[in-house]
Amino acid sequence: MRTGIAILTVVAFASVPLWLRDPYLMNALITTGIFIIGAMSLNLLLGFTGQLSLGHIAFFGIGAYVSALTSLGFDAGMPFGFRIVHEPWPPIVGFVLAIVIAGFCGYLVGLLSFRVRGAYFVIVTISFAEVVRLVALNWVELTQGPLALTNIPSITIGLPGLGDLTLRTKLQNYYLVLAVAVVAYVLISRLVHSHFGRAMRGLMENETLAVSVGIDVTKTLTLAAVISAGIAGAAGSLYAHYIRIIDPEVFAFINTVTMVIMVITGGKGSLAGPVVGGMIFGLLPVFLRPIMAPEAQWIAYGGVLIVILFVLPRGIVPSLAQRFTWRGSRAETVAPVAFSKRDAAKEHA
Amino acid sequence: MNPRTSPTSGYLGATLSEFLQHLINMLVLGGTYALLGIGLTLIFGIMNVVNFTHGVLYTFGAYIMFIVVHQLGVNFFLALPLAVVAGWLLGAALELILLRPLRGSDIDTTMLVMIGAWIAMQSGALWIWGGVAKSVATPFPEAPLVLGPVSVSWLRMFVLAAAAMLIVVTYLLINRTKLGCAMRATFQDHDTASLMGVNVDMIYTSTFAIGSSLAAAAGALLGPVYVIFPQMGDLAAVKAFAIVILGGLGNITGAVIGGFILALAEELGAGYISSGYRDAMGFLIIIAVLIFKPTGLFARSERVG
Amino acid sequence: MTAPAIALKVEQVAVRFGGLVALSDMNFTVGEGEIVSLIGPNGAGKTTAFNVVTGFLEPTHGAVSYRGTALNGLKPHQIADLGLIRTFQRTSVFRNDTVYDNLLVGLHRQGRVSLLEAILGLPRARSSQRRLKERASELVEWVGLERRAHDLAGSLSYGEQRLVGVALALAAEPSMLLLDEPVSGMNASETHTFVQLIRNIRNRGVTILLVEHDMPMVMSVSDRIVVLNYGRIIAEGQPDEIRNNPVVIEAYLGQGATRA
Repeated sequence: MRTGIAILTVVAFASVPLWLRDPYLMNALITTGIFIIGAMSLNLLLGFTGQLSLGHIAFFGIGAYVSALTSLGFDAGMPFGFRIVHEPWPPIVGFVLAIVIAGFCGYLVGLLSFRVRGAYFVIVTISFAEVVRLVALNWVELTQGPLALTNIPSITIGLPGLGDLTLRTKLQNYYLVLAVAVVAYVLISRLVHSHFGRAMRGLMENETLAVSVGIDVTKTLTLAAVISAGIAGAAGSLYAHYIRIIDPEVFAFINTVTMVIMVITGGKGSLAGPVVGGMIFGLLPVFLRPIMAPEAQWIAYGGVLIVILFVLPRGIVPSLAQRFTWRGSRAETVAPVAFSKRDAAKEHA
Repeated sequence: MNPRTSPTSGYLGATLSEFLQHLINMLVLGGTYALLGIGLTLIFGIMNVVNFTHGVLYTFGAYIMFIVVHQLGVNFFLALPLAVVAGWLLGAALELILLRPLRGSDIDTTMLVMIGAWIAMQSGALWIWGGVAKSVATPFPEAPLVLGPVSVSWLRMFVLAAAAMLIVVTYLLINRTKLGCAMRATFQDHDTASLMGVNVDMIYTSTFAIGSSLAAAAGALLGPVYVIFPQMGDLAAVKAFAIVILGGLGNITGAVIGGFILALAEELGAGYISSGYRDAMGFLIIIAVLIFKPTGLFARSERVG
Repeated sequence: MTAPAIALKVEQVAVRFGGLVALSDMNFTVGEGEIVSLIGPNGAGKTTAFNVVTGFLEPTHGAVSYRGTALNGLKPHQIADLGLIRTFQRTSVFRNDTVYDNLLVGLHRQGRVSLLEAILGLPRARSSQRRLKERASELVEWVGLERRAHDLAGSLSYGEQRLVGVALALAAEPSMLLLDEPVSGMNASETHTFVQLIRNIRNRGVTILLVEHDMPMVMSVSDRIVVLNYGRIIAEGQPDEIRNNPVVIEAYLGQGATRA
């Protein structure tokens, strides 16, 4: 049943370009899709391991910059005196490198999360993202600083026997983003349902107990962080090659907050949550633009986040799923949520 | 003084006077940072809330100065206490409306609610006052005060004095009053405190209000020194966290010292490395301390005060 | 009769918290396949001893070893990998998961497939999942909770939660099981069932060490009993010996504590 809904959704999304002609909306859908991939990756950490990483945009941005710089080439002095001159490589290589390097940064953050938990982890991840932003801003030789990296080439795919296909049009990028999103979704879904996913859940719910049956905290959290960061890096790369211009503002904290709002509203710990939340907060600004100034919109978004946390703390998807559920299916795709607020407090005591 | 033998003549003298200048700047900045840090360490320490609105209260304090001095025509020196009171009220309101109903929820939920509040309030400031920076006119003479080799503006002297006074007042509040005693008790163990007759709910509201008023005070003091714009609180918030982490949770003395350490790091970093990375100092300190000494530099202290 | 091989060896373990001596000079062993109980009045140091033995607390002095491997410095999950599994007194289950899912988590050590295989959905991963699900069902039946298998563990009665906790520990395929006050809060019939369960577990070859207050239960289930008081072992032996040991009786009555 659930697979049926998923397939239907993908088909529905795939059919959109057939009837949607408005290029402005198309653009909004593409960037929304990219942010949804980012939100799904954040959900892996936030919803399935309970790690509130608020520096998530760093992985996205690092992916974007790595991919852009790989495909543009650069000539910059490195720390410790030596210089690197890099010739442009095909964007697809940038995409792969973005995943790898972002994933590595995720590894570092994962290691850190073992030393530093809870509120301090949040603060550290925010700091990490801000340091990365300041480096991007100030290391002008490499990143062009506030002047931005421009003219980033579009992704080119070599099709066997058919030559190269450069994905320049909105239509092509739409399908690229959709494809990556589907792959990311399936990847996360498989992960969550696997024995590794159960380990993540166990750690999130009761770490002492989980550890006593042999679950390795560091390994689990680190692996989750790597995968999460890698997916975010992929999203960043897609962004760089679609928008084709990247500046340090990509690292702004507000972008992490956007993803957080998407995940929380949609439902953290549910697979479809980030998709629903992403659609809402990716497209809402488009429809509200004529009536509300962006600042006013953000007042509303802040308010929505608060209201959701008070009224629908589990988010939209899990709350709906609970209404339409049948026996046995309940606990599966949705990560456990506090039995009651009081119990949750005791659990963390 | 004979120019050839005065301590600040020649190359060494120039370096010395430059260093002294940095030192003065550091003291001024450190004092206000200390206020920020004390406010947050109280809130974070006693209530275990990751207060993302702390930066917004800082911004709010600055804007109150602007409104009160420029739009209401009130005397500059009266505006400061008004800003502190306004911060106190806003803090209390936030606590009562957002935090109290969530008492007992896990720390993630309150953190996210604070983020929502921060976004809404900052966007509100942007909407009302626009993104263009504002400045506040001060009644001090333009010409700086010259003390030997260094010069410092009257405004900054005032800021340093006001900050010092507020720090002392806070100390007295926490260590000499009944309220302060109740706060310290709640910090140690809120179950026991409530069994001893402490109204923990009221303590929480008071703590949040006091912490917020200190943030507002810091904003009100630094606003006229620099310029006022809606996002100014963001960096302030991070710095506050850095100070709290440096000084140890709930440790006021630690927060004061941490405030000065951060100011020193920033001054030296900006002066001798690169001004672009000045603001990075706070973040780097956070990362470094949490990696190497997660309990803060003054880990011994486990009590407020 | 030959003495059983030694499973757990506690040698000269001492634990000091600052100036407070919680345990001093503890020496005892648990043989393979034995059921040994650790008892003592409140404050005797049982919990501290238990935490040392299960690797949750580093002793100030001394060493604990299991089948020859030293436990000092090992992380809890490494200790679990040696086959030493413990239960918890409070929060003994994953409250927000079903009983069945609880056991699936407990089966972590059995389900190890490479991540890549799991993600790609390769046959090896899928058959491993199937086996785990079968095993989880078996375990649920074994502890008699089939009817509650798909209920949230947090909704079960206290006694039932303890059963889930034990099943969870069993899922991890222990060679030695360490039970932390397993029947505290249980009524008489629940306790009786539990004693049967412990005997069944031992008959499957699992060594058992338990910490308990409930005297009748301890007397009926243990092969040997170790008695602690003021952080030291004051007596050790079979239930009958302990029951009549004057030192033991004095330790309990002298403290004004009544038998559970």
